[in-house]
Amino acid sequence: MDIDLFVQYGPMLLRGLLNTVLCWIVGAAGGIALGFVIAVAMYYGPRPLRYVLRGYIEVIRGTPFLIQLFILYYGGPNIGLRLDPVPAGILGLIIYGSPYYAEIFRAGLQAVPRGMIEAGRAMAMSEGKILRRITLPILMVSSVPPLTNFSIILTKETAILSIVTVPELLYQVQTMSAETFAYMEAMFALALFYWGFVEVISWAGRKLEHKTNAFLSKELSA
Amino acid sequence: MFSWSTIVENLPYLLQATRFTLLVSGLGMGLGLVMGMVLCVARLSPIRWISRIAALYVSFFRGVPLLVQLLLAYYFLPSIGIDIPPLWAAVCSIGLCAAAYIAEILRGALIAVPHGQAEAAAALGMHPFTIWKRILIPQALKISMPSLVNELIMLVKVSSLVSAVGIVELTRMSQSISAATFRPLEIYIAAAAIYLVINLALAGLGQALEKRLDY
Repeated sequence: MDIDLFVQYGPMLLRGLLNTVLCWIVGAAGGIALGFVIAVAMYYGPRPLRYVLRGYIEVIRGTPFLIQLFILYYGGPNIGLRLDPVPAGILGLIIYGSPYYAEIFRAGLQAVPRGMIEAGRAMAMSEGKILRRITLPILMVSSVPPLTNFSIILTKETAILSIVTVPELLYQVQTMSAETFAYMEAMFALALFYWGFVEVISWAGRKLEHKTNAFLSKELSA
Repeated sequence: MFSWSTIVENLPYLLQATRFTLLVSGLGMGLGLVMGMVLCVARLSPIRWISRIAALYVSFFRGVPLLVQLLLAYYFLPSIGIDIPPLWAAVCSIGLCAAAYIAEILRGALIAVPHGQAEAAAALGMHPFTIWKRILIPQALKISMPSLVNELIMLVKVSSLVSAVGIVELTRMSQSISAATFRPLEIYIAAAAIYLVINLALAGLGQALEKRLDY
């Protein structure tokens, strides 16, 4: 393999990597925020709203991410939504991830022991205070493992953004190989890179999980 | 304005291309199941290096984006002189990737079958082969059914990525039609609707199957 190639194209590849990480972090954070809002609205909201949100979840989860991106990026201008590739990619990731995150939070909300909420009421806590002091803290702790898990899955989805010309890592590598004809080497190196990247993030996720779990068991035993 | 006529006019083409979406995901699932079973057995093998290799396989195919795997196969196979039609290369890529996920699904299901049952069967003098056939596999199949249906739905969705290596399935067809008609919004929404119908049907079938397996 030609190492010089990677040196020569280093800055370009680095820019691609930064875009990948940017899209991933903003996309995951936005998806978590939107998913949380959806889950809370489904849990506490009126019935019609619940149906609408259920429909949203089913539609987004039942269609390919690539088609969603095409609707957003190529179909958007038809209804006056003109986005540059990077914002479109980030928005796409947020929309794509939100129903999965919403389901995680919904499951977490349902898993909050009813007795604790009833105990809060018996102590004359206001509903707002119960939410702030009981429901949310329990929810946050129990949701960390599945949230990390899905966020790791999302790192791989960022590669799809290259198809709608977001200059992320895969896109830059493809540009480089088109200019140098070194398709094979470049793609192979990229695969190894993603592999390492995902493994490192999974490892970090397990560490994080371990930390929250330790906190949880300490809290419960205290 | 949202043009319904564009959708109606092009629907036959979209449906025609949908057959390839079903073909790629269906064959991918078939290959994934066969390879997944082999991998699962290898992963549970008491021989250390066999289970190591299987674990490495699973980690690689789950860690690398499928799009990168597809492109890798697309460039790699011709470069070593294997000249198979792109459609088969794509089916193989999807199947190899699905195998990694399916192996983990099956492994989880096998572990979930209570250990005492296999021990009881062994105590009754059942042959190990009979234990697998009569006790472990039927129960593991039932436990893993919801996840396997999920995996199939996932495959229908990721089959859209094979459009990137030039296979004319639903996504690629909608790209061509929207380029020709300048109506991307309508065409892509129609494509999304077709994917949604397929996946809802699969989910419904899966639920019916689960009910039948319930005893």
